[in-house]
Amino acid sequence: MSLAQASAILPERGGLRGSLSDTLWRKPTVLLVLLLTPPVLWLGIVYLGSLFALLLQSFFSIDEFSGLINREFTFKTYGELLRPSNIDIIVRTVSMAAMVTLAAAVVAFPIAYFAARYARGKWKALFYLGVMLPLWSSYLVKVYAWKLILAKEGILTWLFAKLHLTWLIDAWLSLPIVGGNSLSVSFTGTFIVFLYVWLPFMILPVQAALERVPQNLVEASSDLGATPAQTFRNVLFPLALPGIVAGSIFTFSLTLGDYIIPQIVGTSHLFIGQAVYAHQGTAGNIPLAAAFTVVPIVVMGFYLWGAKRMGAFDAL
Amino acid sequence: MRSDRQSAPLGLKIAAAAGLAFLHLPLLLIFVYAFTTEERSYQWPPPGLTLQWFAVTWNRPDVWQALTLSIKVAAISTVIAMILGTLCAAAVSRTRFFGRETISLLVILPIALPGIITGIALRSAFNLADIPFSTWTIILGHATFCVVVVYNNAVARFRRVSGSLVEASMDLGADGFQTFRHVILPNIGTALVAGGMLAFALSFDEVIVTTFTAGQQQTLPIWMLEELVRPRQRPVTNVVAMVVVLVTLLPILAAYYLTRDGDQIAGSGK
Repeated sequence: MSLAQASAILPERGGLRGSLSDTLWRKPTVLLVLLLTPPVLWLGIVYLGSLFALLLQSFFSIDEFSGLINREFTFKTYGELLRPSNIDIIVRTVSMAAMVTLAAAVVAFPIAYFAARYARGKWKALFYLGVMLPLWSSYLVKVYAWKLILAKEGILTWLFAKLHLTWLIDAWLSLPIVGGNSLSVSFTGTFIVFLYVWLPFMILPVQAALERVPQNLVEASSDLGATPAQTFRNVLFPLALPGIVAGSIFTFSLTLGDYIIPQIVGTSHLFIGQAVYAHQGTAGNIPLAAAFTVVPIVVMGFYLWGAKRMGAFDAL
Repeated sequence: MRSDRQSAPLGLKIAAAAGLAFLHLPLLLIFVYAFTTEERSYQWPPPGLTLQWFAVTWNRPDVWQALTLSIKVAAISTVIAMILGTLCAAAVSRTRFFGRETISLLVILPIALPGIITGIALRSAFNLADIPFSTWTIILGHATFCVVVVYNNAVARFRRVSGSLVEASMDLGADGFQTFRHVILPNIGTALVAGGMLAFALSFDEVIVTTFTAGQQQTLPIWMLEELVRPRQRPVTNVVAMVVVLVTLLPILAAYYLTRDGDQIAGSGK
């Protein structure tokens, strides 16, 4: 009896290691604090600290004559941000992001639907890797590949010439806004590369959303006499919408902040990212650059708020 | 249950296949261009095929320097990210506490906000604090956004490791460290390795944040960006592009095989 009691409550472990282990087990809060301190310190100080420092600087202004930064609280920089040329940049970037998002949803849907509904076993794995590999392969290499494709002497021109469709490219390039000297220096080119690079970010959440749609809903719909188009519009699409919105968070946010794609494939008209880069670099106008970065943060804030209301986060 | 599955409508098959082709053909094209004899332009079809650019690239010291720096940065950032990400995941998954959601948000934020914001924020902070740019400033930035991939993988796995295993180990007399070493670590090991590999691939490939946090040093992506903006020797860029595709391919495939029977695989939200 006494033996059983004695062994039910183990004696304290000896040694530093033993007592440390006991303390951590008895006081989970201490363990929690120990676990959380390094990551929170790192992210809190390194990341949030720099983010706040940046936002703070958007309330500074630059002295036009000396080029020095005036560290007094002012809204002058935000006034500068609202100049017509800067508004142009913002409008251009946001409309590009919107078009890319829309196109990504259209291209992603069939892939996601096929993978979710029809692909099984080996095919499923193949589809998954087929999306993951382009997603994770080097961003610059992907952009570079499109520079090769869209170049005037590149494969696309060659292909259209073989198909006797060169007139089509020429007609498209002679259009106002979307055209240009060649595809690699036009908005069309920028758009295609954006679409290509962010497409996998749209496919994955849409696929996840579609996988949760029970097959019998689709069957019930057609049993009740709906055509495939009606089933799509009234059953599939509403259920896939949270996934599309979740994917659009990525495509939208990534397009808003990118400055490399429009620099390599595109016109001389700036996007927000390029403007930020130019202002902080050669111009040395950190306050204006900081004010520019507030635009994507605010746009994404509203976007995320709207997405949350549509239940998009459950689809992530 | 119906046993006969309908096959997909033809239109859907074509749309899905076309979509996948759109995703993959550009990458395959890189492989062809690495062998082209054309030096001055991006001419298609290539006038001839050659292996000489591999030798030329092999003998370029700047490529080797960039590659070494990239590997070094990716390795150190991965180690830091693995430690921080695992600690965070362990804390978030084993207990519910005030501010738990905030911690998840804090981890995801560096990757959810556009890279240019992370980059310029770090750069201006380094400037304010008078920290000179070095390899370590690059690593600082990379580790910050790599935490999330390790964290995602580890959280998914921690959720599946049953708490009773830990209690059983304790009941059998193991102390906390022994339990960690013999029970928890073997269970989460593959998820950590997978997360680490993805973090490595992410860091190896990162360019936007790096342009802001690097001084004179060139990582491989910075080198490539430089070549894209001001081309010097196009065939060398072609070869490097191909090598980069292969180098990032392997960790991704490995990570996939390590976590494929998992309920959730990292990657949503690069």
